[in-house]
Amino acid sequence: MKLTESEYGKLAKRRAPGTKLYKTIPMAFLVGGLICCVGQAILDLYKSLGITADMAGTLTSVSLVFLSAVLTGFGLYDKIAKHAGAGTLVPITGFANAVVSPAMEFKTEGYVLGVGAKIFIIAGPVIVYGLAASALYGIILFAMQAG
Amino acid sequence: MEYLWAFLIGGTFCAIGQVLIDLTAMTPAKILVTYVVSGVVLGALGVYEPIVELAGAGATVPLTGFGYNLAKGVRKAVTEDGLIGSLTGGLEACAGGITAAVIFALIAAIVFGRGDKTRRTRRSVLRS
Repeated sequence: MKLTESEYGKLAKRRAPGTKLYKTIPMAFLVGGLICCVGQAILDLYKSLGITADMAGTLTSVSLVFLSAVLTGFGLYDKIAKHAGAGTLVPITGFANAVVSPAMEFKTEGYVLGVGAKIFIIAGPVIVYGLAASALYGIILFAMQAG
Repeated sequence: MEYLWAFLIGGTFCAIGQVLIDLTAMTPAKILVTYVVSGVVLGALGVYEPIVELAGAGATVPLTGFGYNLAKGVRKAVTEDGLIGSLTGGLEACAGGITAAVIFALIAAIVFGRGDKTRRTRRSVLRS
């Protein structure tokens, strides 16, 4: 199903009045907060093993990405996401879900142009603009240090 | 106490995302891009560091933390290696997360992905 910009707008408008803010926002808060607590527990576990703070942070990200990939694989992440909205989107598990979902989805179109290309359908823009912003910061920082 | 702050701050980041989705009809991809770029900007301005110190994973797990990590990596690399650091520091700091996502996605596609076109399903992230 491919939607044009205007079709999407119509669909979004039709759906918008039904959205119950008093329900969606607390749910996002609750689930997002809980995911962060899981992250904190994993981080504390790695730190208690004597791993340096930086490496423990990286390992926590990797662990959360792994958990998200497993849950997405079994179709559970999307079930939680239906109720949690941004609570499951904004944490790094949501980023992982946005990489894993299209990879599984587009297997039908082959491993190169399906899985390989579509894996970045959402992660791609995130990486592109994240890197662009960080490179710009690096240039400004360098100019400030030199000046 | 650390867990309470992680919950409150992490929850708040997600609640803001939900407000954006509900009130502006922003797509999930746009939300994620906005969060990462905001994280870079807040990290560059030195505003994000205190939030990380207070909330730990509550600040590093949301995608703004990803942006903060990019900025932190660039700062370190530029300070150590000069201008070239603006090209190397970002990815270096986020390499683990990005590579993990790609590798686990590939494995998930092999193990769980359906090759059969007739049973294709739509998943939440792609739906909007």
